Amino acid sequence: MPINKISNSFVDAVADIPSGASIMIGGFGGAGGQPTRLMMALRDLGVGDLTIIGNVAGISKTTGYGWPEHLDPIDHGMFFESGQATKITCSFPVPGTTNPLSEIERAWREGRAEVDIVPQGTLIERIRSAGAGVPAFYTPTGVGTPVAEGKEHRDFDGRTYLLETALSADYALIRAQKADTRGNLQYTGTSRAFNPAMATAAKVTIVEVDEIVEVGGIDPERVETLSTYVNRIVQREAGDPLP
Amino acid sequence: MTISGKPAGNDPAPRLDRAAVAKRAARDLVDGSTVNLGIGIPALCANFLPDGVELLYHAENGILGFKELSAPGEGDPNLMDAGGKFPKLVPGMAFFDSVESFNLIRGGHIDVTVLGALQVSRTGDLANWIIPKRGIGSIGGAMDLAANAKRVVIAMEHTARGDTPKIVEECTFPLTAPGCVDEIVTDIAVIKIDRVSGRMILRETAPGWSFDDVQALTEATLVVDGEIVEIS
Repeated sequence: MPINKISNSFVDAVADIPSGASIMIGGFGGAGGQPTRLMMALRDLGVGDLTIIGNVAGISKTTGYGWPEHLDPIDHGMFFESGQATKITCSFPVPGTTNPLSEIERAWREGRAEVDIVPQGTLIERIRSAGAGVPAFYTPTGVGTPVAEGKEHRDFDGRTYLLETALSADYALIRAQKADTRGNLQYTGTSRAFNPAMATAAKVTIVEVDEIVEVGGIDPERVETLSTYVNRIVQREAGDPLP
Repeated sequence: MTISGKPAGNDPAPRLDRAAVAKRAARDLVDGSTVNLGIGIPALCANFLPDGVELLYHAENGILGFKELSAPGEGDPNLMDAGGKFPKLVPGMAFFDSVESFNLIRGGHIDVTVLGALQVSRTGDLANWIIPKRGIGSIGGAMDLAANAKRVVIAMEHTARGDTPKIVEECTFPLTAPGCVDEIVTDIAVIKIDRVSGRMILRETAPGWSFDDVQALTEATLVVDGEIVEIS
């Protein structure tokens, strides 16, 4: 039987996500590469006690980061505004300004959310490692900083490194430009960011795409994420006004 | 050179504006280098390249070889820089994911990074991600860049609010990376850090500023090693 991973709607695609789940959200921060429709569907599902894993997270709504000027930005802060998320792991949880206060910083100040701040290169390598079956790795980044506290240090060739562990999740919500019905993916421009690695690091990977094509519609020389990593794909409606 | 207004408070002469600081920092960028610019004053360096210099600008979100920004309202959200702005599509540009982007950084392939700072110590420790009083901050790519770029240049205002020194004997703010800064370009001075000897060497001052004027706004002890010239 031909493999077909198409979900009929964003609601269907996230329907089995339970309370207490850990959720990777792809992209970099900003509109490009962000699975915005899947995020909105998860918010509408209403499940709680979520752990969110992102990168630049929750700063667009108050600063416009990475969004065209004429649109109201949508970001990870929605899960903290709704009270659904109790923890975020990311590299950039707050903007420079506190006026107005972002939803993540508000939730943190009110004791409603734990914020786990990870250097960006360490974060992506932890995610890559989870997908690649590597339980831990040494990195020079963070040595001599608060990030190093409690971690194993080891010297190689006269330089000190930290041991960092792999980071996986229950679900990855990611964004691609094009999928075939089997789930092979292609991205566009700077929308790659955390998406390809997150696709490999979750038990269930759900992909929001602009276009689904038949098998054979993606050049095998140009497949960027392999279909094996992908569980569900949902296509946006034509003419969706969100980037 | 652009000089902003009349001197403030006890200043002997005006401090340079943000663009002039960026222009001076940009002067040291070597032709052909791969360069990562932080947000704020560092990002302005791209506007002030000396003639005949071509650089490969890298941004953490997965882009190499970008140049100027798109006109307001014309940017493509899928063509972003790490500051959340939208550069134009230009020939030779490359896109890649965050694994590759940080292979480039962690692997030591970035020739120079220009970053902002909250504090820099005499021995080149950098603090730029969290103000302790706020209790929460953002690391982003700063720790990877500071620890792993071949050369780290700080472009910033010399002092914080109320003339509080940012160039200090020892950082009191949590570090981004220890012993990483090579040079500081501020609105009144250019300072080289000799990390081997732990010396901060004052090389250049803004017009009308003396060694003593700069030292008065600098907690760390500055030294003279060679001629001090005017920032140009």
